[in-house]
Amino acid sequence: MVALAGVDVRIERGEIFGLLGPNGAGKTTFIKILTTLLFPTSGEARVVGFDVVRDSQEVRRRIGLVSGGESSGYGILTVRECLWMFAQYYGVPSRIAWPRADELIAVVGLEEQAHSRINRLSTGQRQRMNFARAFVSDPEVLFLDEPTLGMDVNAARKLREYVAHWVREREGRTVLLTTHYMAEAEQLCDRVAIIDRGQVLACDSTPALRRQVQGGQHVELEVRVAGPELDLVLLSGVHAVWGAPHPDRGTRALKFRLPPGEVLGEVLRRLESQQVQVDSVSTRETTLEDVFIAIVGRGLEDTEVPS
Amino acid sequence: MRPGEGLVHFLRAAYARAYVRMVGSFREPVWLITDAILPPVGMCAFVLLYRALGAPPSFEALAVLGGILSAFWINVLWGMGTQLYWEKQQGQLQLYFVSPVSRMAILTGMAVGGMLATTIRSLVGIALGFGLLGVRVPAFDVGMLALVFVVSMLALYALGMILSSAFLLFGREAWHVSNALQEPVYFMSGLYFPLRTLGASAWALAGIVPLGFGVDAMRQVLLGKDARGLAPVEVETAILAGLAVIFLIGARLALAHLERLSKQEGRLAQRWQ
Repeated sequence: MVALAGVDVRIERGEIFGLLGPNGAGKTTFIKILTTLLFPTSGEARVVGFDVVRDSQEVRRRIGLVSGGESSGYGILTVRECLWMFAQYYGVPSRIAWPRADELIAVVGLEEQAHSRINRLSTGQRQRMNFARAFVSDPEVLFLDEPTLGMDVNAARKLREYVAHWVREREGRTVLLTTHYMAEAEQLCDRVAIIDRGQVLACDSTPALRRQVQGGQHVELEVRVAGPELDLVLLSGVHAVWGAPHPDRGTRALKFRLPPGEVLGEVLRRLESQQVQVDSVSTRETTLEDVFIAIVGRGLEDTEVPS
Repeated sequence: MRPGEGLVHFLRAAYARAYVRMVGSFREPVWLITDAILPPVGMCAFVLLYRALGAPPSFEALAVLGGILSAFWINVLWGMGTQLYWEKQQGQLQLYFVSPVSRMAILTGMAVGGMLATTIRSLVGIALGFGLLGVRVPAFDVGMLALVFVVSMLALYALGMILSSAFLLFGREAWHVSNALQEPVYFMSGLYFPLRTLGASAWALAGIVPLGFGVDAMRQVLLGKDARGLAPVEVETAILAGLAVIFLIGARLALAHLERLSKQEGRLAQRWQ
């Protein structure tokens, strides 16, 4: 199986670069290669100018990695001790490591838990600690693989703000972020690459990507259908995707872009003729998700409407 | 990198990993019971048995020493051998492979931490054997005992380093094999009886794990001829030193092989793969 094919991406120093793609798209393989965890079978990859295969030790000295949902550290250690321990693995002297651990504990809002054992932290607290861990070595390049997975909304927002601040304040610091949250990528990233089935389908700034699919209206309908999914006929040139079923109302979202010149009423009439009940209609500005759907053909967690 | 920086980094990392072991030993009361108090119970049984049978007093000392050293074997088997496997399950191994830390520093930290923590725990066995049960030994050469102990531990924990890579490579099967071997190794190492009792095969058995030669040599230092030693202390110590070197080289090669496999196949470092 080919996990990545012909990927050619250059990420500049000081950039926050997002990688968007559905499960199995090749995002983790991409990060594993760049973090020296996996040999590429062909081609080459460089981080801060160092080849990930030949100069792996030089690469490792300069990078940090956070994977969402990981449970690093030993439960028997306190949060503070755990951060110190990881700093030691990067050769940071204790006189620097302890104050830095305290500083990062404040950043992730774990002051009250600083002296608590890790096995007594909640999942979200542990994830915040993992986030702090990636910064103890003050890396040049930070790989954030779904970093806010399992975090509450406020904590995730604070950490996004910190990442943006960190890149702004420290010259030459670079972040590669993979996320399922489109808003996260939109808020944080200077550029985004959309990846699917091992190939980069688009790579640009979010405004530039939005311009690719601008024109017309982005429509989201809440509909009731008889079966789980239907082979709907909308209009030629209209590509729709199903959203997840609503847990309470028994409806599903149907998302599509209505090209300029087409009328929404015609789509609604066609749906009615196919025994599809439309509960609500909303239209909005182009989002990164619309771009993603337009390029990949489905949303991150959506299924494609068969044509 | 400046000269000596690599060594400083190695020592820092090893200390940090050993710190986990040391701190862990005293923060979990259940571990104190299972690791420090329960292992010497078997030793007490052997001492009382030898006493009831009217065996020479040297047999009692022999059983006490065996009981104390059994704690180290348990630590090597479960604290070293299984460790990388658990690290993988926790997702920790990936973080080691991503960091610039020497993998040998991690193993060294695990070994030193485990050794120190077990040494402290073994004080319970010493207190029980030589204190509560009143087992006595004649005057002995403390320096020689310390030397033989250190060399034995080097060989034993270097074996533990190899086991940790083997456990990770073969996953649960190796874990089961090791589980099945725990008691036989006690037997093969002559923990509660003189290894010489097993005859010529004792040499081969003792060579399988360094514990046998270590126990035998330490007994000879403590009890002299009464220990019924397998070979002269100097010979056994030299063999142990040789085994330590071989095992350390083996551990380094096994770890490098493991990391190469992990990078080629991408399945060893992450818990779900």
